[in-house]
Amino acid sequence: MAAVCGALRAQQEQDLLSLLGREETTEYAAASFKTNRVINLHSLESTAHGVLDVKISHRFGFISGGAYELWGLDQSMIRIGADYGITDLLTIGLGRSSFQKTYDGFIKYKLLRQSTGLKKMPITVAALFTTACQTEHWKDTSRENFFSSRLYYTYQLILGRKFSNALSFEVAPTLVHRNLVETTAEENDVFAIGFAGRIKLNKRFALNGEWIYVPPGQLDPKYHNSLSIGVDIETGGHVFQLHFTNSTSMIEKGFICETEGKWSDADVHFGFNISRVFTVVKPKE
Amino acid sequence: MAIQTIEARMKRLSGIVFLFFALTTWCPGQQYYSKTGKVTFISDAPLEKIEAHNNSGYVVFDSGTGKIEWSVLIKGFQFVKALMQDHFNENYMESQKFPKGIFKGFVQNIKDINLQKDGDYTVNVKGELTLHGVTKPFSPVGHISIKGGVITATSNFDIVVEDYDIEVPKVVRDNIAKTVKVMVVADLQKLN
Repeated sequence: MAAVCGALRAQQEQDLLSLLGREETTEYAAASFKTNRVINLHSLESTAHGVLDVKISHRFGFISGGAYELWGLDQSMIRIGADYGITDLLTIGLGRSSFQKTYDGFIKYKLLRQSTGLKKMPITVAALFTTACQTEHWKDTSRENFFSSRLYYTYQLILGRKFSNALSFEVAPTLVHRNLVETTAEENDVFAIGFAGRIKLNKRFALNGEWIYVPPGQLDPKYHNSLSIGVDIETGGHVFQLHFTNSTSMIEKGFICETEGKWSDADVHFGFNISRVFTVVKPKE
Repeated sequence: MAIQTIEARMKRLSGIVFLFFALTTWCPGQQYYSKTGKVTFISDAPLEKIEAHNNSGYVVFDSGTGKIEWSVLIKGFQFVKALMQDHFNENYMESQKFPKGIFKGFVQNIKDINLQKDGDYTVNVKGELTLHGVTKPFSPVGHISIKGGVITATSNFDIVVEDYDIEVPKVVRDNIAKTVKVMVVADLQKLN
């Protein structure tokens, strides 16, 4: 008798929720990086739908300038930009860099999203197309100059994965096309591959690193591979990114193809990106 | 000998009768459910008012025992600001580690409720709430109303953020309330 009662009681104490079956949802990996840039490179993240992300980025002069240049603080390059999320998958952005007086724009679309649950996807893949227009006075006015010579295009695939809450990694095969190059020794189409990762130290600090490898023979030997390391500090609506990088430019064509600094010579910039987000369009309930 | 047999039979019969009785009283009653339970919370702090909605809570209610269970996916909460939603999941609720909020409890005064006809009842629910990996006894006051065969279960209660080991850093102390108001509502339908 007691056994029967016990069995019934067990049945009664069974998990009622299990009667409904498992929740059938797809969980997308979120916040693989704190913002849509690692340091210079684009990260796996997009700007959310209806969100305007205003970015102010600075690079000071080379640390190798020493005390006389206050370790580079006497000089500064700035990029002012804004990114906007048209949908959760599609982001556009505009910017203006003081370095080479360059305007830039980009379109970024997430092709695949890392997810678990109903839909399973091991990686995130995003496609990035950027264009840049350099507006400095022509260096050589004696020859015929074309507007098209000012333009640069970058095509990039960003493949990556959030391996755990703490660790994210991405690889970014890239093609930069330059309509005009300085010397015939340089290629108009430069192939490069970027690697970037982040380690989250705690809820508000993350360590970032990125390295862009340009196979030799495409650029003038005075240019080096871009290497940057930094931290992300998050406070409410802001993300502060502080870093050291040997790249002066903050846009693809520049930091991939025109990085003059050499880490071994301390030709490294201290710099920061500040990101502030504004919700422009509120999501429907 | 014959008398003994009858006695034995009587014993067996009473056993069966008792078993039957036990079965009918122990057997769970009709179960009701919803997969669209709404959970809303409001954090009203001096500097900021934060509100989030989740419209896909799972609820099961057993009218026989009064047992009621809620399960809500933390990632399903929708905020007005995308960044807040990120922070909520990443920094506060750690939804990767603790994906669900779960309440399991019993309606104490289930005997007083007649689900067969229209009516309103205030119910005392006693159970346990699991949030952010912390399980605590939890006894909210709820409301069950029956109208035209539709059973609606609602409850409003407060949750003390600290009770569930949810860390709020000093910098945002004035942005996030210490006590969060929660409203739940579900229209229940018969299971099976």
